Amino acid sequence: MTSAAPHEATPTTDQAACTVEDLSVGLTGRNIDVVDDIDLLLGPGEVVGLVGESGSGKTTVGTALLGYARVGALIEHGRVLLGERDVLSLDWKDVRQLRGQEIAYVPQDPASALNPSIRIGPQLVELLELRDIGTAEERDDRARAGLAEVGLPNDDEFLRRYPHQLSGGQVQRVALAMAFLPRPKVLVLDEPTTGLDVTTQGMVLETMNQLCRSHQVAALYVTHDLAVIANIADRVAVMYAGRIIELGPRDQIFAAPAHPYTRALLDAIPHLKQARALSGIPGRTPGPGRRPSGCRFHDRCSYAIDRCADEEPPPVEVGPDHTARCIRLDEIGSWDIDLGTVPDSDPDKTREPILSVRDLDVYYGRKQVVHGVTFDLGRSECVALVGESGSGKTTISRCVGGLHRDWTGTIDFEERELAKGARSRTNDDRKRIQYIFQNPYLSLNPRMTIEQIIKRPMKLFGIAKGKAATDRAVELLEQVALGPTVLKLQTNRLSGGERQRVAIARALAAEPDILVCDEITSALDVSVQGSIVQLLEELRKSRGIGMLFVTHNLALVRSIAARVQILNAGRLVESGSVVEVMDSPREDYTRELLANSPSID
Amino acid sequence: MSTTTATTSGLRRMLHQRRLVAGMIITAFVVVLAIIGPWIAPYGEHEIVGKPFTHSGSFLGTDYLGQDVLSRVLAGGRSILVISVLATALGMVGGILIGLIAAYVGGWFDEVLMRLNDVALAFPQILLALLVLSAVEQPEWWMIVLLVGASHAPRVARLVRGVALGLVSRDFVASAEALGESRIRIVLAEVLPNMNAPLLAEAGLRLTYSIGLVAALGFLGFSTDPGGADWGQMINENRLALLVVPWGVLAPVIVIGIFTIGTNLMADGITQLAEKGGES
Amino acid sequence: MAQVQRQDPQAEMPAGEPATPEASPRTRSTTTAWLLWLARRVGLAILTLWLVSVLVFFATAALGDPIRAILGKDYESSPSRVATLEDQLNLDQPLVQRYLDWLGGLFTGDLGTSLSNQLPVSELIGDRVVNTAVLVLVSALVMIPVAFGIAMISAHYRGKRPDHVIQVILLGLAGVPEFVIGILFVALFSTTVFHVLPAVTISAGGEGPWHNPGSMVLPVLTLVFAVTPYVARIVRATLLEVLDSDYVELARLKGIPEGVVMRKHALLNAIVPGIQVVALQLAWLAGGIVIVEYLFSYPGIGSSLVDSVRNNDIPMVQALSMIIAGIYVGVNLIADVLSILFTPRARTAIAS
Repeated sequence: MTSAAPHEATPTTDQAACTVEDLSVGLTGRNIDVVDDIDLLLGPGEVVGLVGESGSGKTTVGTALLGYARVGALIEHGRVLLGERDVLSLDWKDVRQLRGQEIAYVPQDPASALNPSIRIGPQLVELLELRDIGTAEERDDRARAGLAEVGLPNDDEFLRRYPHQLSGGQVQRVALAMAFLPRPKVLVLDEPTTGLDVTTQGMVLETMNQLCRSHQVAALYVTHDLAVIANIADRVAVMYAGRIIELGPRDQIFAAPAHPYTRALLDAIPHLKQARALSGIPGRTPGPGRRPSGCRFHDRCSYAIDRCADEEPPPVEVGPDHTARCIRLDEIGSWDIDLGTVPDSDPDKTREPILSVRDLDVYYGRKQVVHGVTFDLGRSECVALVGESGSGKTTISRCVGGLHRDWTGTIDFEERELAKGARSRTNDDRKRIQYIFQNPYLSLNPRMTIEQIIKRPMKLFGIAKGKAATDRAVELLEQVALGPTVLKLQTNRLSGGERQRVAIARALAAEPDILVCDEITSALDVSVQGSIVQLLEELRKSRGIGMLFVTHNLALVRSIAARVQILNAGRLVESGSVVEVMDSPREDYTRELLANSPSID
Repeated sequence: MSTTTATTSGLRRMLHQRRLVAGMIITAFVVVLAIIGPWIAPYGEHEIVGKPFTHSGSFLGTDYLGQDVLSRVLAGGRSILVISVLATALGMVGGILIGLIAAYVGGWFDEVLMRLNDVALAFPQILLALLVLSAVEQPEWWMIVLLVGASHAPRVARLVRGVALGLVSRDFVASAEALGESRIRIVLAEVLPNMNAPLLAEAGLRLTYSIGLVAALGFLGFSTDPGGADWGQMINENRLALLVVPWGVLAPVIVIGIFTIGTNLMADGITQLAEKGGES
Repeated sequence: MAQVQRQDPQAEMPAGEPATPEASPRTRSTTTAWLLWLARRVGLAILTLWLVSVLVFFATAALGDPIRAILGKDYESSPSRVATLEDQLNLDQPLVQRYLDWLGGLFTGDLGTSLSNQLPVSELIGDRVVNTAVLVLVSALVMIPVAFGIAMISAHYRGKRPDHVIQVILLGLAGVPEFVIGILFVALFSTTVFHVLPAVTISAGGEGPWHNPGSMVLPVLTLVFAVTPYVARIVRATLLEVLDSDYVELARLKGIPEGVVMRKHALLNAIVPGIQVVALQLAWLAGGIVIVEYLFSYPGIGSSLVDSVRNNDIPMVQALSMIIAGIYVGVNLIADVLSILFTPRARTAIAS
């Protein structure tokens, strides 16, 4: 993983490459703030992490640095100083001149941000060409040098490619090279590694870090991923509901977070080296226009008192260069990262296998995607299937769930062989193996009420009907911490986390012995992930359900699973108890995966 | 989680959609006019009230036979209304069936079905009707329903298939499969209810085209009831006198125009409503 | 793109298969791959045309007895005429045999003999095909810049008053049948209000109607009014979609001047949907001419079709239907090829 530069003190205003003062962005035509009261300094060669969950306004701050607001939003007031000039009060033409050359932007999803109709070469030098920088040959040389800097080939053949002919990591590195080409002083990176595999992410972050340091570029790294921030940032700004609620040097933020929200976020994050009892944050992040008065976090904060609802907390100094917006900083005590630590699951515990997969080969048409995979799952045990995209982990889980039928080998459930597709299995098999999908926005029928969704398995499997079914649905909703008020609602009234709880309740309604969980937290914010994991853990213990947990997140595996199967390109690389595999991996691939996984410990 | 139920907020959203409301009002006006028209007409459908193409009779004058134009406009809406609605219903049902089956079964079956569909699409809608009518002595009303409906079906099928393909690949369908729901139930209870908005909008659009097609056939002289009051046919009958007594032509033209504007606004309003609904 | 579904998306978007990221775009077999793709696409078009011919032939035989339809009341009274017609239509032969003979005729250019005036069909419609082609092309040439212009203005004022006004007007026009628009124009310009333009097309002595440009104004205007609303609405939706795309946002954030963003980044990616829309409308015009030509007595294949249907002149109807369907298939084929050429992803998918 990349090594961050030694901690430097906050730059003063005159040293800063970029200063943001009292920035506020609102929705056009309505008196609603998306973000407000933002103050931030970026020093040359410094990486500042701007971290927040969805709806916090972090991307809005990022693009506002370039004097840009998305359709429907408007920069209301504030100053963004690049040296002497204020980007926000400059003439439109001058702002355009600044963009690219002095302050550049790296987009979130470069696959859609590179123009699909323009070849890589012309697209790289487009800006230089428009600004008449250098001759055609010089521009060409710079483009090639830039590609070399980010570790890409720079021959003619590569320059002639279209964006769709590159892999995800390559596209992102092209976007980096494009941003660095005019030698900007300030760089805004908007979640540039979302959707990349950890190995690729590692490479991209490394490249970005080196370029920022060597060119003395001030970078604002916008992300939801605290673990990435922990590895690359010098300073960290934590955003919640449109405000920066804590700002400080990276080591301080991770070792001694002051704000209750930062602490709760850190409590929700799994570690690579040690299992933790993860917890979530109750409630949901309020969107623009629905934010509470006073401290915006008070309605979800476990330390809140009445005063928090009335007083807007100003930033308070809690250490050198470290501020937090909370009026109870002195009263809430200190925080210890090790509080959440729990012992790893015991590798020597006796196992009682109920599902075993033998020599599984899976095909999509003529293409074989899984090769001879063998593993088993015990009662009340959580087994993790881990791998990067294309490793076959989801494919295997779909075979177990009966959603994919084109496979050979055997899957035994309680020593009986399972049929291939769900339709050819017995009603009992279908009932006892339940599948939970990755994206709760797609897995629940938007036309049905929560009640209809949860009652359906009960009816199909003859578990309960009528009043008894309603009672059971209420009971299940309480178990997944939703309560009976949602019964008559359709899913579009629920947040992502709430939807995933409904999906879990639907699976539980069938009273299963095995839950197949396909990346069920990857579409959710980290604080929501914490509470879902907490819920699953309780269910596993109290009901003795075996869980097949598919994920790409190794840190999460440490906290939730007893055994782990590492997959690469459809083959099993390494398997064993979590402690063994993660503490003393035998295979190079596992070691590489562990080394590239960002983690806060 | 708001406490308002889905129904009331849906109704409120609907009323906020100005195009939808305007479309519904216009359509309702023409439909009511067509239904009660024969009763409020001052003269009979075939009653001769004066010399042809004069200003006798009620204020719109007389037609090529000396019949009262206003009375004939009021009497001539029912046939176009009934035939258009039936043809639209036929086209929608046929198209939905073909599209859903193609999307859900998939594979070579889908391939063949859509290839045949492409063939049907190669005919402009009016051409399909004319083709068959060329071998018919006197078109019957059910032929028009059948032909206009049949010309809609492949177009509806294409839309339905596209929307359904997007839904079938969603995980809630996979989830129902994993639970072992019957195929019929998956199509009817899981897929179809999610297509309400596009289907309603399509029905509005198809109704618009049906009115245009049925009226056009009348205008081209393929009427199911020669001499009877029918908006399309009236245009054809009185065309020669556009110069003298324009209302014999203009009155039916204007009601047809208003009717199609109304149904089209409605279709667009439904689309807009669904888009806004999707945001929340 | 919900507005786009306002009309049948008849022209299929080229389906680009996911390209393999590391595939080398230049290979020796690129030309071969292209030829294979083109051959497949042309083959499909021919297959479609063949099925069209089946449909045309059997649809005319489906619901009625053509001879009874032609002769009307005379059917009972003059068995000799029935026999003559039966002979001319070869009704004594089985249906399939008649179809095969007719299909064979199509290939050799023999479109049959008109029942109403006993002249070869090809002779009767030769000039009319040209006249119709002129009408359609002139309409398209007027419509395309007008529709794209309106779309661009509307997109520029997106969400503001001018956009709303344009949208409501287009929406109002979009559903109105073309003959309604045509008659209103006639009433306005040729009769009741202004007497400035001829209501019917008069072409003397085999001259093309373009020798009397005034008589073409109203047919063209009607077709333009009938087609423009759809095109403008779809192009506007496409433009907005492109303008909202991440690459246009990145181009702006890169500091590229707005003019260049529009020309290079936005329009480049709006070309393909534009081609599809125009193809769609040319195909639609092939149907729209039937009514418009009849309304203005324009001497083209549309009015000829209406007359033939009235006279139950089945060989004429069959030939004209094949021509109209053929136009649709041909236009679609061209649009597909152009779309592929302008879409890098689809292009490389074929080449690799």
